[in-house]
Amino acid sequence: MSWFARIVNVLRAGKLGQELDEELNFHLAERVDELVAGGMARDEARLEALRRFGNVTVHKERTRDVNVERILDLAVSDLRYAIRQLRLAPGFAAVAVLSLALGIGANTAIFQLIDALRLRSLPVQDPWELAAIDTAPDFYTSGNYRSRNRAFTYAQFEQLRMHQQAFSDVLAFGDIRFNLSRGGEARFAEGLFVSANYFKVLGVMPLLGRDFAATNDDRDCRDAGAILSYSFWQREFGGDGAVLGRTIQLNGQSFPVIGVAPKEFFGLEPGRRFDVAVPLCVDTLMADDGRGRMDIRHAWWLTLVGRLKPGWSVERASAHITQLSEVIFRETVPEVYRPDDVKAYLANKLRVVAAGTGISSLRRQYENPLWMLLVTTALVLLIACANLANLLLARASAREREIAIRQSLGASRTRLVSQLLSESFLLAALGGVLGALLAQLLSRALVAFLDSGSDPVFLNLDVNWRVFGFASVLSLLTCLLFGLTPAIRATGIAPANAMRGGRGTTTNAERNGLRRMLVVSQIALSLVLLVSALLFGRSLRNLLTAEAGLNADGVLLTRIDTTLPKLQPERRRQVFQQIEERTRSLPGAVSVGSAWLTPFGNSSWNQNVRAEGGVGTSAKKLVWMNLVGPGYFDTMQISLLAGRDFDSHDDRSAPKVAIVNEAFAKEVFNGENPVGRTFRAEEYAGKQDSLFQIVGLVRNTKYFGLRDEFRPFAYFPLNQAEEMPAAITIAARTHGPVNDVMAVVRRAVAEINP
Amino acid sequence: MADKKAELLQGTLDLLILKTVAHGPIHGYGIAQRILVASREVLQVQQGSLYPALHRLERKGLLKAEWKQSGSGPMAKFYSLTAKGRKQLQEEMAQWHRYAGAVALVLES
Repeated sequence: MSWFARIVNVLRAGKLGQELDEELNFHLAERVDELVAGGMARDEARLEALRRFGNVTVHKERTRDVNVERILDLAVSDLRYAIRQLRLAPGFAAVAVLSLALGIGANTAIFQLIDALRLRSLPVQDPWELAAIDTAPDFYTSGNYRSRNRAFTYAQFEQLRMHQQAFSDVLAFGDIRFNLSRGGEARFAEGLFVSANYFKVLGVMPLLGRDFAATNDDRDCRDAGAILSYSFWQREFGGDGAVLGRTIQLNGQSFPVIGVAPKEFFGLEPGRRFDVAVPLCVDTLMADDGRGRMDIRHAWWLTLVGRLKPGWSVERASAHITQLSEVIFRETVPEVYRPDDVKAYLANKLRVVAAGTGISSLRRQYENPLWMLLVTTALVLLIACANLANLLLARASAREREIAIRQSLGASRTRLVSQLLSESFLLAALGGVLGALLAQLLSRALVAFLDSGSDPVFLNLDVNWRVFGFASVLSLLTCLLFGLTPAIRATGIAPANAMRGGRGTTTNAERNGLRRMLVVSQIALSLVLLVSALLFGRSLRNLLTAEAGLNADGVLLTRIDTTLPKLQPERRRQVFQQIEERTRSLPGAVSVGSAWLTPFGNSSWNQNVRAEGGVGTSAKKLVWMNLVGPGYFDTMQISLLAGRDFDSHDDRSAPKVAIVNEAFAKEVFNGENPVGRTFRAEEYAGKQDSLFQIVGLVRNTKYFGLRDEFRPFAYFPLNQAEEMPAAITIAARTHGPVNDVMAVVRRAVAEINP
Repeated sequence: MADKKAELLQGTLDLLILKTVAHGPIHGYGIAQRILVASREVLQVQQGSLYPALHRLERKGLLKAEWKQSGSGPMAKFYSLTAKGRKQLQEEMAQWHRYAGAVALVLES
């Protein structure tokens, strides 16, 4: 019977069993007939027939086994043989399994991250129908920003919803960090502002309570509630079923809990997770100025995602939205824009991109490095395979006689190869299992590495069929890779040659050639890895030291937020100053300085400036800005290259001054020394431009990230700000353990607390 | 009864089956009966070895089988020799005769 028929036999064991039943029943019936013919009563004859036949089931089993037995038998005996062989060489087995486990584990761990970040669909209804609004290249914006993703204004959201035909509906969301405490030290929760249709468009039903469908996106937020994420509900409310109707403190205001999201729903951003979602209009309730970003046409804070109508592809929707851009932008011109800003703004175009796997800033940041990492670990695995292949070849030489004897006893080459392969398979399977377990630890460690306290990263790392399949296929591939060639080689020697005790000279040369090739490829691969590791190490060092332009080691940043006590700007200034004084008088404090925004803090502010006095470029340049206090540059070790630092005389009664960085000097003043020069900062339309005299030049620093280019920066004194910001960061460079210093700062803040 | 029955020699069951089937299509029960009768009730084939052997021979392509109406009425699985089986039978018979003759020579010497 052919192999195929044999496999068919195994598959149709049911039918075969039935036929066998009939055959044996016939046997029994014949025996009964014969006994009856011999004069026995039928009942008695039946019992006698059964007795003579013996155990029917056992016979049945044995007969059926003849059909399936062989294949299984071979596989099982091969595996037994493999186990025995490996137990005879525990050292080899351990080395092989461990190196495979490391290789497969590293690969699986990285694949798991890629899967979570890139391949996994969102846990919403029909995720492939989701598409995000994106901006075309060369998009002009100006204003203030808060978003991890491509951001839009509320006015644009309204206009887009009004005019578009491609989506059954469009939702909007923005992120925020809520303070859960009623004052004192802050406790944070990751918040989402969501449009009323958010859950409905996504097709996500709340686990408890209701969604925001009854809420109005327009400014009416009197009865706005909050929807908790499942994990937040578990964490903060212990999974209490009676949570609905209880209240939660968000930035000092009470909100009733109206719902709990299902367990698997984390939002639309893989790598992030929300704790509390509130309607968009809550932003108005929480705004300092009582106005909120919904009314501000230059506040870019919303991510827009739509669900495509049936029959609409992403391309078609994109063409449609691009066409609509003109209308949308015409209707949403920020009133603070000057005429030339307006012109640039109106030329903007929108487009649509698929969002079935979510929108993720993490993905943009880490996807390419992760693929790179996967390639690297794949190389490591290849090296491990080459290594193992070499070891197996060496083992095969040692077993040459054994194999020769078996061959001359009639073992076919296929049988021998399959036996040797079973050994490799066993190694690969053990390595795969161990590797998959290892991957769980590794991937979590990698996430912990990406995660920083202020920028929490959450990835769903549950093992799914993709990860499982990846690990299994990887194990099988490695098994073939390191096992097949040695097995074929080992069985390819004429038994007579091997038996003679000497080795055939030709096969010997051949095998040595193979081993040499393996060694060469190992060295080549290792060299590639070594070089890339060196390059990586170098750029890491560059990133960490020289190029940031500042040194944050040993600096304690304390963020003081006065939104909750609702202090008046003048009072804020006093409180900040008091806390700064206290920090300065700490034992071990070397230098202290304040700033409004901190580098790498995700917030930014930019404005157009123009050099004054007929020097430098005449064109206006977009530069980034910050408010800092005296001592800030010193504390962050940003070198002052020329001029002076701000001091206590730079207050509102003094002329307006600024300190700029090298990139600013290069862009605005063509690289000339800018100290002593003035520049004009464009204010919003209808407001008088401000003139600033440059009193200092500082080194370039990275701001948005270490890989970012140096951007032109202008720093203004905190004390000259038109209005004191509600929150500033006090940076303190200290000697001694950070924990001690933190305790002292905490106490100081508590004492001053107004 | 048991003392009269001889244990089948290892490897002879296949030969006996092939020989019995060579007379024409026959079902499993018939094979057992015919061997019993032909050996004058000395060789009793255990059902526990008969059916595994039949299926093994069928799988090796020495026997072929088809379901047919039996003489007594119900459907039964009838085995018959294939060309390959016939050749195998001749070889095994020749071998057996050589073997049995040789054993006899030794015993009578």
